[in-house]
Amino acid sequence: MKYTPVIGLEVHVELKTQSKMFCSCSADYFGKEPNSHTCPVCLGLPGALPVPNQTAIEWCVKIGLALNCNIPLFAKFDRKNYFYPDLAKGYQISQYDDPFAVNGYIELASGKRIGIRRVHMEEDTGKLTHQDNASLVDFNRSGVPLVEIVTEPDFDNAKDVKEYLQKLQQIVRYLDVSNADMEKGDMRLEPNISLKVCHPERSEGSSHGSERDSSATPQNDTLPPYKVEVKNINSFRFVEKAIAYEVKRQAEILDEGKTPAQETRGWNETKQATFSQRAKEEANDYRYFPEPDIPPIRWDKKQIETFRSQMPEMPAAKLKRFMDEYSLSAYDAEILTREVTTAGYFEEAVKTGSVILVSEAHPESPKKKTYLPAGRDAGQASMTKKKVAKQLANWIINKKTDITSVSPEALVKQIAAATQTVAIDEDKLQAIIDDVLANNQKAVEDYKSGKETVIMYLVGQVIRQAKAKIDAQMVKEKIIDTVQQ
Amino acid sequence: MNLNQLTIKEIQDGLQSGEFSSEEVTTACLNQIKTKDETINAYVTVTEKEALETAKKSDQKKAEGALSGIPFSIKDNFCTTGIRTTASSQVLDDFVPPYDATVVSKLKDAGIVILGKTNMDAWAHGSSTETSDYGTTKNPWDTNRLPGGSSGGAAASVAAHECIAAIGSETAGSIRQPASWCGVVGLKPTYGRVSRYGVIAMGSSLDCPGPITKTVADSALILNVLAGKDAKDATSSPHAVEDYTAHLNENIAGLTIGIADDYFEGVDKAVTEKVMDALKVYEKLGAKVKKIKLFEPKYSIAVYTIIQRSEVSSNLARYDGIRYGNDRSFFGDEAKRRIMLGTFTLSAGYYDAYYKKAQQVRTIIIEDFTNAFKDVDVIMAPTSPSTALPVGSSKNHPMFGEMADVLVEPSSIAGLPGINIPVGFTSENLPVGLQIITPFFQESKLLNVAYKYELETEWHKRKIEL
Repeated sequence: MKYTPVIGLEVHVELKTQSKMFCSCSADYFGKEPNSHTCPVCLGLPGALPVPNQTAIEWCVKIGLALNCNIPLFAKFDRKNYFYPDLAKGYQISQYDDPFAVNGYIELASGKRIGIRRVHMEEDTGKLTHQDNASLVDFNRSGVPLVEIVTEPDFDNAKDVKEYLQKLQQIVRYLDVSNADMEKGDMRLEPNISLKVCHPERSEGSSHGSERDSSATPQNDTLPPYKVEVKNINSFRFVEKAIAYEVKRQAEILDEGKTPAQETRGWNETKQATFSQRAKEEANDYRYFPEPDIPPIRWDKKQIETFRSQMPEMPAAKLKRFMDEYSLSAYDAEILTREVTTAGYFEEAVKTGSVILVSEAHPESPKKKTYLPAGRDAGQASMTKKKVAKQLANWIINKKTDITSVSPEALVKQIAAATQTVAIDEDKLQAIIDDVLANNQKAVEDYKSGKETVIMYLVGQVIRQAKAKIDAQMVKEKIIDTVQQ
Repeated sequence: MNLNQLTIKEIQDGLQSGEFSSEEVTTACLNQIKTKDETINAYVTVTEKEALETAKKSDQKKAEGALSGIPFSIKDNFCTTGIRTTASSQVLDDFVPPYDATVVSKLKDAGIVILGKTNMDAWAHGSSTETSDYGTTKNPWDTNRLPGGSSGGAAASVAAHECIAAIGSETAGSIRQPASWCGVVGLKPTYGRVSRYGVIAMGSSLDCPGPITKTVADSALILNVLAGKDAKDATSSPHAVEDYTAHLNENIAGLTIGIADDYFEGVDKAVTEKVMDALKVYEKLGAKVKKIKLFEPKYSIAVYTIIQRSEVSSNLARYDGIRYGNDRSFFGDEAKRRIMLGTFTLSAGYYDAYYKKAQQVRTIIIEDFTNAFKDVDVIMAPTSPSTALPVGSSKNHPMFGEMADVLVEPSSIAGLPGINIPVGFTSENLPVGLQIITPFFQESKLLNVAYKYELETEWHKRKIEL
């Protein structure tokens, strides 16, 4: 390919605080009677003043911390001035040059880090609907807290963008600060896409060593001279498609020796295409200035440390711990930690399982043996936990346990019941073993000559002949005893 | 006895003793409005029916609140539930707020009677009331002259005894300057001392509600009701509230008064004379007058103009014609000028040169005052360079307000508290005002110093022949 995509991402996440960003109206606006969640503040009535929602600010800082950002000790709100009928005050309260968090990253599975330029707080606008030649404004959404997360232009493919978005969604859900429900517009995605020309010969040249002639191939070091922003996409899949579409569209323009126009585009899912919405983004002058109605926020380091100490375990850390503590594969651990509720469910089940199943599996009473006879002594507790964990992971992942309706304890009991071995009369078992060994002389010889794996074949034959779910371990031991007699 | 000529203090005594009722006082004020306001034009809206109802109720309840039964006028930029609030602009010609400004709800809780809403420069843009869309207010001392502004209606309503006390607001001079021209007391508290919630914003980082009264003691009584942190105004201060009447009569012997030469530059001779006389009164009371150097007031005009216009351009954006009936073509020339200038100073490429620089100079001005207050307890100066100017003076003078307010703008920019008190009359029988400034949140000291002068003099008792 002649071009490398240069992609940055702006994501708006709507917080699930009880009240709005600057007033005490309920922020739970979805599906509510229009303009029923409003007051002088979020309607922007003359004289009304914004008072910032402390919880929203703390959550914004915590998102910053979860994204490995620096939290500047000074932050402030600014006014972003523009006209739109859904904008009650004629300006949006946002943050311009002193956001709550800067310079973080999200690490992808490949190890690649996507830089986070900034995380800032702002307010949502009202919503316009157009019907019967009239435009209606619903201000229920006006003033709902939004956190905007802006990446560096670090992506070069749509797959990474999707992974980043999944991770970001997972992080805000782990923090329990947003439902991040795409369908309800809790997360709105705005990729900006441009292409830079590849100069493959440059990488060869630079391998020669010392000289770095940056003037020779400026395109590789600097960003393209234009940027296309695709606004308000509400699905990860659409983002992938929009990026693919843009890469192709822009490449064709560049092939003709032209430069794509700097503009804002939208995604039309029906036509599977982006379309131009607004040209010349740089002509927009929002006349930002410090919001005089809200004093700046000054943190001391202690407060930031307190926030840090309040942070729950984040997905990346949990995944690593699941692999270490429970000896789970990366695959299993990833699935189990995808949602914090699943992870919590799993851990609860392991705890319950390690107690119930192991105590029932006491070796002194072989006839009461359960599916997990591993805990022969206390020293093996950790081994036991890992086995319990593996079994549970298997059930939760492969048998798609409905964790909302089955309690962890109930699940453990289900598993115990499903894998419970039945007792079998000792003489009857011995008779079957004798019979199987007699009919499989070759296998017995193989075993005696050191081919130990063959024993499992014999175990299988015995269990089949017994026509009952008997403990394979016990059968194996008896077979060995018999053979060695 | 003309009940409408009494002070809050005197009415409280009369209500207490049963000498008269709130209804009688309210009726006296309403009668004064009926007979005089056609000339004065202090009110945009008079709420006669509601006022009498409130007064009657107040009489039945027998003085529960701190200001029970006292008839007030409220400047028309304070939102009042169910009472039209225009900020003297036709853009809001039929705007009836669904909520009360915090100042209004506090005063209602304290039991006041609202007589109506007073005229002002439209959006508080001016120092004359000549930019009002509802006609110019006339100075009660000479109806051919201006009352000052923007709280011109408020000051005139007090001076003309069309109320007992008034609530005004100041961004830079809008309480003190009209108080000076109308010969009444005007208190501008520290920025953040009184909630701005529900006051139609002009310059948000400067706006400051405050009382306009016949006496200093009345201002103290009102400040007791107004002061304090408001959960609805993030810029209101948690600084401890005092009983502002408690120290009114404290001895001021040993007080150091700072005066700066630059604050007498270009000031009318008659004004300077009266201010000097006032300083002599203070010396007689044991105060020392000390010359100090302050940052020249003219720099404050530049700083103020940029900051205020910038904030105005943003604050007026919400009147977009979609929700308030009248669209932006209803803005008067002054509002349009301010929107254009403010939009310019905030524009990309100009922000650093104007707004940011202005904020930096603002910091210097604050430091300048802080340094000055290391040597003196209070600063005194003329409130306005002149006495009331003739009607029509502001026409074709876009910077009229800034020139009239030059001596109060520095302290406004700094956010300091200040007060205007009448200190005499010119040969034309026009009132002269003295301003007193103290450090932040020293309203108690401010009122004390003002009150001591008032005790020594009779200026505040001079009655107008209307």
